[in-house]
Amino acid sequence: MDSAISELPARTPLADSAETGLKIVVVGGFGVGKTTLVRSVSEIRPLNTEEVMTQAGVGVDDPAGLTAKTTTTVAFDFGRISLNDRMVLYLFGAPGQERFWFLWDGLFSGTLGAVVLVDTRRMSDSWYAIDRLEHHRTPFVVAVNRFDGDHPVFSLEEIRQALSLPAQVPLIECDARVRSSGKHVLISLVDHLHELARAREMTP
Amino acid sequence: MMRRPVDLGDPDRLYTVTGGRSRADDEKFDLVTLVVSECRPSPGMQSEHVRILELCRHPIAVVEISAELRLPITVVRILLSDLLSTGRITARHPRVARSHVDLPDSTLLEEVLHGLRNL
Ligand SMILES: Nc1nc2c(ncn2[C@@H]2O[C@H](COP(=O)(O)OP(=O)(O)OP(=O)(O)O)[C@@H](O)[C@H]2O)c(=O)[nH]1
Ligand SMILES: [Mg+2]
Repeated sequence: MDSAISELPARTPLADSAETGLKIVVVGGFGVGKTTLVRSVSEIRPLNTEEVMTQAGVGVDDPAGLTAKTTTTVAFDFGRISLNDRMVLYLFGAPGQERFWFLWDGLFSGTLGAVVLVDTRRMSDSWYAIDRLEHHRTPFVVAVNRFDGDHPVFSLEEIRQALSLPAQVPLIECDARVRSSGKHVLISLVDHLHELARAREMTP
Repeated sequence: MMRRPVDLGDPDRLYTVTGGRSRADDEKFDLVTLVVSECRPSPGMQSEHVRILELCRHPIAVVEISAELRLPITVVRILLSDLLSTGRITARHPRVARSHVDLPDSTLLEEVLHGLRNL
């Protein structure tokens, strides 16, 4: 297996012909391996940034905020894959917790689809994300990040049941540290999106 | 990995950076809109504008500018609006619509698949 721990370059410029940016979002609970997955497939070292959301009343996180109103900061990281000389795919690793979803419409609308990353030791961490994606009608696949010494080892069927995943949602295993495995996750998602698009295009 | 929060610095500074505006025309700049500079920085330009023009000598996504400048997306969008309205940058917007119901077509997805398989 190839290693994901090879050195990634710092930000290198895109080709001057690059014209179309695309996005895929990886969501999941804390420490589930989102950044690891982004790093393993990215052509640049993952970068980190934030968005600040101003809001009335709810979720006081930053009392010393920019304005008198409540501001909430949501951090996320991202990597990049140049698909060809015109298209570049950005892969975002984002926390699946509640305040993140306030930003979904502002930042991640127009995303091709999402990967829900699951750690079987904390499966309930992904319930919320799955729920929100279904609500937003964002197509997604679920990838189980197999940590070493994962005990007990649940079968994919057991995991599907625990997550109440409909049969048409692809469920796969991965090792987020391994580039070929991360690549397989992305291909599974885009294959799924392609099937959905074809089905839609066939319907008059 | 350690989460490194973007240094918002002092709120007064942010106010100065954005000229006191709190919203840009968000619709104009997606996270993955690619921005290209159309001119070199000129003397007397605001330092953030200078940095953006330097970063955009080759196409760069809004989100990358945000990470490089360590400024929140909202603030970067405002700065970019300034530069766009004065013709100092051009923007290449994503093809995929910003709507949840408008899904990408199969031809575009085939291109994506092809690119991923070649990784
Ligand atoms: N053994 C093992 N460790 C992993 C795997 N994937 C990730 N890790 C480790 O798990 C830890 C958390 O991984 P991250 O990629 O930082 O997880 P994250 O989801 O980005 O975490 P937060 O951003 O903090 O929510 C790191 O120490 C990784 O090296 C895996 O498949 N197997
Ligand atoms: Mg992370």
